[in-house]
Amino acid sequence: MSILVIAEHDNASLKAATLNAVTAAARIGAQLGAEVHVLVAGSGCAAVAQAAAQVAGVAKVRVADAAHYADQTAENTAALIVAHAAGYSHILAPATSHGKNTLPRVAALLDVAQISDITAVEAPDTFVRPIYAGNAMATVKSADAVKVITVRTTAFDAAGQGGSAAVESIAAGPDLAVAKLVGRELTKSARPELGAAKIIVSGGRGLGSGENYHSLLEPLADKLGAALGASRAAVDAGFVPNDYQVGQTGKIVAPQLYLAIGISGAIQHLAGMKDSKVIVAINKDPDAPIFQVADYGLVGDLFQLVPELTTAL
Amino acid sequence: MKVLVPVKRVIDYNVKVRVKSDGSGVDLANVKMSMNPFDEIAVEEAVRLKEAGVATEVVAVSAGLATCQETLRTAMAIGADRAILVESDAELQPLAVAKLLKALVDKEAPQLVILGKQAIDDDSNQTGQMLAALLGWPQATFASKVVIAEGKATVTREVDGGLETLELKLPAVVTTDLRLNEPRYATLPNIMKAKKKPLDNVKPADLGVDVAPRLTTLKVVEPAKRQAGIKVADVAQLLDKLKNEAKVI
Repeated sequence: MSILVIAEHDNASLKAATLNAVTAAARIGAQLGAEVHVLVAGSGCAAVAQAAAQVAGVAKVRVADAAHYADQTAENTAALIVAHAAGYSHILAPATSHGKNTLPRVAALLDVAQISDITAVEAPDTFVRPIYAGNAMATVKSADAVKVITVRTTAFDAAGQGGSAAVESIAAGPDLAVAKLVGRELTKSARPELGAAKIIVSGGRGLGSGENYHSLLEPLADKLGAALGASRAAVDAGFVPNDYQVGQTGKIVAPQLYLAIGISGAIQHLAGMKDSKVIVAINKDPDAPIFQVADYGLVGDLFQLVPELTTAL
Repeated sequence: MKVLVPVKRVIDYNVKVRVKSDGSGVDLANVKMSMNPFDEIAVEEAVRLKEAGVATEVVAVSAGLATCQETLRTAMAIGADRAILVESDAELQPLAVAKLLKALVDKEAPQLVILGKQAIDDDSNQTGQMLAALLGWPQATFASKVVIAEGKATVTREVDGGLETLELKLPAVVTTDLRLNEPRYATLPNIMKAKKKPLDNVKPADLGVDVAPRLTTLKVVEPAKRQAGIKVADVAQLLDKLKNEAKVI
């Protein structure tokens, strides 16, 4: 039996989240003596398959290249994965919006449970996962023949380069034609992606407005080469779009440095960033919960301190 | 068009979760329970569809203990027309719930099932997708906008890079994200009215569903605590610490 990792990609490049899922798969594979394969479902996605073949620890890349996989809708992708599931004891994907959308469909079609958002592999059938917004960690054991798993990317290092896996084409499944992508508004930014950034500058309601968010945090992020994030309060208030949100229901991040500016530190926000290596908080309220997780806290007026910090860098 | 809205009774989102000292789970004794917030958004959306004349009937469904009746009454106070409780003392995992819901969908024949993207207790984020798979229906998860017209659902979804809009053939399953709507407060007259609305009770066996759990929870522990650090006096000290102590810039 082998282990299958579903590649996250945009038909042009392999997304970094795949590399964390490969590491989780390799950890299971090492205990079972099993190979790790990567499935790429897309359209005109040969470059993705080549990139996947060079990931260390990957033995085989299987590619289904067809027009109806261009948008990777859950219906078509899940049907394809299930059609090629024979011979796999584990099927993994990163717990990104794409993985979370697709994999439960695969699990249901295989009549098995899904183990969501794992943060550790205890044994090939036993995993650790956060529950209650990360306020508790559960160790769960699966009784199913096939383990369908989504992987919390921040809990596993990215697999390195240096692999030379074989790339094989596999037959595409039918186009179910029940869901059609009619629009995509992706935030365009020269900054690093939130999920992959080494430094994140994140703003909350304390910034007061979208204008303040941009005028204060963008120059700071530019100086640091940082990605921009936000609390749910800032997103709900319309300062920035939803994809900036860091938290239990937004993105889970673990950068080297996380700067929380004007963020009070609601539990659900902390759940999304508390695994960061170093946390800095700037807030005018000395009792804000964010200071309980911050390595370095600076109490004061962010409208004065942030420009000062930007200038000093 | 009939809309089915599955709702889950969970620990209230304002309650601080305590892990039991024996590691068997989370302490739920004498803790306030409420409707899962994402499901409340789903009920609100279904009721708005009815108010807009798109939906003709909104049926709320819950699976679990007899106390889930309270959650269903809340759904009816928001505006659901009737409710069905699948009563069970067993631990119901997402796959089992999806199978129970499929059985009810087969009976009720709704054109739309709308439910929360995840429950705030087990954070699984699976049930909607699993239900869609079992039914062979299309799905739109993490919805921030839903438009139903001409046998199609056009749904804007919150995805990692921004937003994406899908057009689904009905019948379909939609799961809600936080920004789809702001649920109304149930008014006292509507709470009273909800007490008189019909609430049916069925058992998993009546629906022919095996709800045996597939996952066993071996232990539940508190997450590793992060130590609070220090307060720095000014920007200069902060930079010094980041450069020389933490070495991250």
